[in-house]
Amino acid sequence: MEQEYTITAFTENAVGLLNRVTIIFTRRHINIESLTVSASAIKGVHKFTIVVNTSKEQAEKVVNQIAKLVEVVMTFYHTNEQIVYQELALYKVSTQALLDNKKVEEIVRTHAARILEVTPDFTAIELTGYRHEIAELFRQLDSACGVQQFTSSGRIAIHRGKHEILTEHLSELAQAHGGQSIEMVSEKAWE
Amino acid sequence: MEKITGGEALLLSLIEENVDTIFGYPGGTIMPVYDEMYHYTHRIRHILARHEQGAVHAAQGYARVSGKTGVVIATSGPGATNITTGLADAMIDSTPLVCIVGQVGAPFLGTDAFQETDFIGISMPITKWSYQVTDAAEVSQAIAKAFYIAGSGRPGPVVIDFTKNAQVGRCDFRYQKCSFIRSYVPVPRVKEEEVAAAASAINEAKKPFALVGHGVELAGAEKELVALLEKADIPFGWTLLGKSVVAANHPLNMGMVGMHGSYAPNKKTNECDVLIAVGMRFDDRITSNLNAYARQAKVVHLEIDKAEISKNVKADFPVLASLKESLPLLTQAVAKAEHASWISSFKPYAEHELTKVVTPQLHPSSGDITMGEAVSLISKKADGKAILVTDVGQQQMVAARYFDVNLPRSVVTSGGLGTMGFGLPAAIGAKVAAPDREVALFVGDGGIQMTIQELGTIMQDDVGVKIVLLNNSFLGMVRQWQELFFGKRYVATPMVNPDFVKLAEAYGIRGRRVSERAELEAAADEMFAHKGAYLLEVAVQPEGNVFPMVPAGASLEEIRFE
Ligand SMILES: Cc1ncc(C[n+]2csc(CCOP(=O)(O)OP(=O)(O)O)c2C)c(N)n1
Repeated sequence: MEQEYTITAFTENAVGLLNRVTIIFTRRHINIESLTVSASAIKGVHKFTIVVNTSKEQAEKVVNQIAKLVEVVMTFYHTNEQIVYQELALYKVSTQALLDNKKVEEIVRTHAARILEVTPDFTAIELTGYRHEIAELFRQLDSACGVQQFTSSGRIAIHRGKHEILTEHLSELAQAHGGQSIEMVSEKAWE
Repeated sequence: MEKITGGEALLLSLIEENVDTIFGYPGGTIMPVYDEMYHYTHRIRHILARHEQGAVHAAQGYARVSGKTGVVIATSGPGATNITTGLADAMIDSTPLVCIVGQVGAPFLGTDAFQETDFIGISMPITKWSYQVTDAAEVSQAIAKAFYIAGSGRPGPVVIDFTKNAQVGRCDFRYQKCSFIRSYVPVPRVKEEEVAAAASAINEAKKPFALVGHGVELAGAEKELVALLEKADIPFGWTLLGKSVVAANHPLNMGMVGMHGSYAPNKKTNECDVLIAVGMRFDDRITSNLNAYARQAKVVHLEIDKAEISKNVKADFPVLASLKESLPLLTQAVAKAEHASWISSFKPYAEHELTKVVTPQLHPSSGDITMGEAVSLISKKADGKAILVTDVGQQQMVAARYFDVNLPRSVVTSGGLGTMGFGLPAAIGAKVAAPDREVALFVGDGGIQMTIQELGTIMQDDVGVKIVLLNNSFLGMVRQWQELFFGKRYVATPMVNPDFVKLAEAYGIRGRRVSERAELEAAADEMFAHKGAYLLEVAVQPEGNVFPMVPAGASLEEIRFE
C-alpha cells in the first residue's frame, strides 16, 4: 500500500552527495514530493528531509541504499504519525485588492497566517502549516483577491521518538574509537 | 622537507598502499603524473593497455585474483569515459578498484575545455565513492580514503578525478592510512541473537541447502564456510562468482545454481526446508521468477551489506556481519548433524542431467567438437590448479559448468554486468597477479574481438595467458535465444571472422587452430607445454546450445534440457 513517508538522512557536507541520493529514487521511479537540505543539531552534519509516496517495502529498500552511501551517517523513514512536520508558504497579493475586500484580512487571521510586508503595491503573507492548510489558504486568497505569486518550501520534520538515534550512534562510534569525541577522531583520520 | 608535486605525491601514496602494479593509458591531462612515473619505474610497474577499457578490466582481473585493490590511470575525457564499463562491472561484482583519471585544470572546470567531461557526474551511479582533487595538498588524504573505501566492507570501485593544476602544484608529503570515516560503517557488528536464531533454524532443518556466493571469497572466509557446511552436513550450490569458494571435488558440492546451473541444486532450492544464502545477492539469473522461488523454505541470509537483505528474497533469519565473523560463530552454534538421505536425494537429478546433457556434451561420438568437450579436456590438463577466466556468452556458462577449480580465488568472470570483452584483459590482470599459475581464458569469437587489441599488451609485457577461443562463428548465446525464443530468426548473430591464428602471430603469440576431435588433446598439450602466451582456436559446433536452461523469468521448475 502506498502512503506518504518522510525519509531523513543525516550526512556529511560533501560535494555531489545530493546527486548520489536522488539517483537512488530515480532508478526506482520514485517521485520525490519534496526535498529539503538543512543543518542538523550536530555541527557539520546536514539533514536531508525527503517526502515520497511509496510502499513500506520500497521505503525500506531505499533507506538501506541511502544508508550505504559513504558520506551518509544515518537514515530513517517515518510515517506522518511518527513525526512533527511543517511546510512554509509565501503568498503575494495586491495591497489594493486586499484593502478592497475586507474578507482577505479575516482569511489571513483564521488561518493564523502572518503579514510579512506591506507596500503600496503588494502584501506578502506567510503561513507555516501542513500542505493541505497551505493549499486551502491559497484557494481562499485566490478567490478573494487573486494571488500574484506563491511559493512553498519542502517539508521539514522532527521525529517523535524518545531516543536521539543519531546522537547515540555517534557517541557509540566515539566510544568504539577510544572515547574521543567523534569530530576529533574523524579529523585525526584526515590529518 | 622539500615540497613535491601532486603527481609525485600520488605515486608516493600508491607506494604507501603497497601498490606495485598499475594499469593505464596516458594523455594530456594526466601527463604530469606519467612524467613523475619516469622516476619510479623501479617501484611501480605500469602496464600499458591498448585501450582504457582493457586497463580497467585488467585491473579487475588483478584485484579478483590477488585480493588487493586494482589501480587504473587514465586521462580525462575519452580516457575516462572508456573506463566506465569497467566501473559498472566492478560496482556490480564488488571488485575493489582505485581509478585515477586526469581532469582539466580547476580554473577550466565547467567551461567545456578540451577533453573535459564531468566524470564525477558520469561515474556517480557506478562508483562506491568518488572525489575530485583540485589541490596538491589533498592528494595523500584522498588516496588514503580511496583505498580504505574501495577495499573495506563490500568492496567496489572508487574514482579520483585529478585536476591538472593539482598534479603540478606543490605540497608537503605526509601519509596516514585511513581506517575510519564516521559516516561509513563498512563492517556491521555481528549480533549474537541473529546468529542464535539462524543456528536454531539450521538445527531444526531436515533438508538444509546452502547457496555460496562471491561474498565468501571477498571475506576470505572459505575455510570458515566449509567448517559450517561439514559440521551441519549441508549440501550446497554456488553462484557463478562463488565457483572457486569450495573445491569442485568437495562431496557436498552440488554444482552451479541459476539459469545454466545444474538440475539438482536448482530443483532442491525449491524443495529444501531451510535455504542458507552466504554472501550472495539473489540475482535474477539465479532466482528467475521470484514468485516461484524457494517459497517453501525458511531463508537464512548471511551478508555484509544491509541493502541486500530482503532486497529480492525475504530473509527470515538475517545475519548482518562480516562472514569472517559470523560464519565461525554460526558453526559453533549449530549442532553436528547428518543428512545422508537428503543428500542422496540429489543424485537422481544429477543422473538425469548426466544422461540428458552432460554425457552428450562431453563425450560426443561424432560431429563437430562441442564446447563442453574442449572445456573439460583443458580442465583435465590443468588439473584443478589453473585460474579460470572467461568472457561472456555460451563459452562462459560452459566453462563455469565443466572447468574444475580446486584452489581459492581462481575464477574471474563478469557476473552481474555480463560484459563481453572482459575476458582477454581480465586474463592479463589475473596472470600479472599470479605469474606462477596457469591462467586459462575461454572466450568466444564475438567477445575476443571487443578487446582484441589487448594482444598488444600481452606482446609488450610478455603475459603468458592461455587463450582458448571457442569459435562457433556466431554470437552464440544470442543465437541460442533466437533459436529457442525467437523462431530461429537469426539476425545479427552470424559472424564472418578473421584468421585468428594469423592475428595472434602478428602479435608474436603462438597459435593453433583445431577443428578435428583427434587433434584436440595434442593441441592442449602443446598449449600448456609452451612457455608464454598461446592462442588455441577450437572450431566448435556452430549451433550448439547450453543446457540445462531456466528461461528468463520462468520458474526453476521450467528448466529445459533441450
Ligand atoms: C558488451 C556486450 N554487448 C552485448 C552483449 C550481449 N551478448 C551476450 S552473449 C553474446 C554473444 C557472445 O558471443 P561470443 O562472444 O561469440 O560467445 P559465445 O556465446 O558464442 O560463446 C552477446 C552479444 C553483452 N553481454 N555484452
